[in-house]
Amino acid sequence: MTKSELITKLTTQNPSLSAQDVENVVNTILEEITSTLVDGGRVELRGFGAFSVREREARTARNPRTGEQVQVDAKRVPFFKMGKELKERING
Amino acid sequence: MPTLTRSDLMEAVYSEVGLSRKQSSEMVEQFLEEVVTTLEKGSAVKLSAFGNFSVRSKNERIGRNPKTGEEVPITPRKVLVFKASHVLKDRVNNG
Repeated sequence: MTKSELITKLTTQNPSLSAQDVENVVNTILEEITSTLVDGGRVELRGFGAFSVREREARTARNPRTGEQVQVDAKRVPFFKMGKELKERING
Repeated sequence: MPTLTRSDLMEAVYSEVGLSRKQSSEMVEQFLEEVVTTLEKGSAVKLSAFGNFSVRSKNERIGRNPKTGEEVPITPRKVLVFKASHVLKDRVNNG
């Protein structure tokens, strides 16, 4: 399911809202989560899961094709841990 | 840094989109529910500029109780994988 399919589905479920409203809802939710992570914060959605940012230390990696050593800088990566209820539903 | 929760998402939808608080809260729920239902069916959810959620099946394997050293089978299960998009990764790194 893509974002536009999700918007279509939610619009069908909510005939009182325009597709534009629903698109704004979806984009607002994703933007809130994103900007919280950009600020280094955490997002906890009970029954769904939690988004957080993990720090990765700098390391020396190797280009697997050439064997050449490359320095990889420290970075931050977005991380998602699924919630208990979601885990159970996926395995149900 | 406070943690963002459902009620913050509801407030954001309320002020950005202009729905009522009740409607905003329902839309946040429906959004999450739709993502979960799709994953439950085993399908992936692809949210451009954010990331992809997909379900991966794990085979049975032998685990070990780290405390007692006892071998225990880990049953086959499904796990959720979130792959952040490049847009999200770049924004998290560059502010």
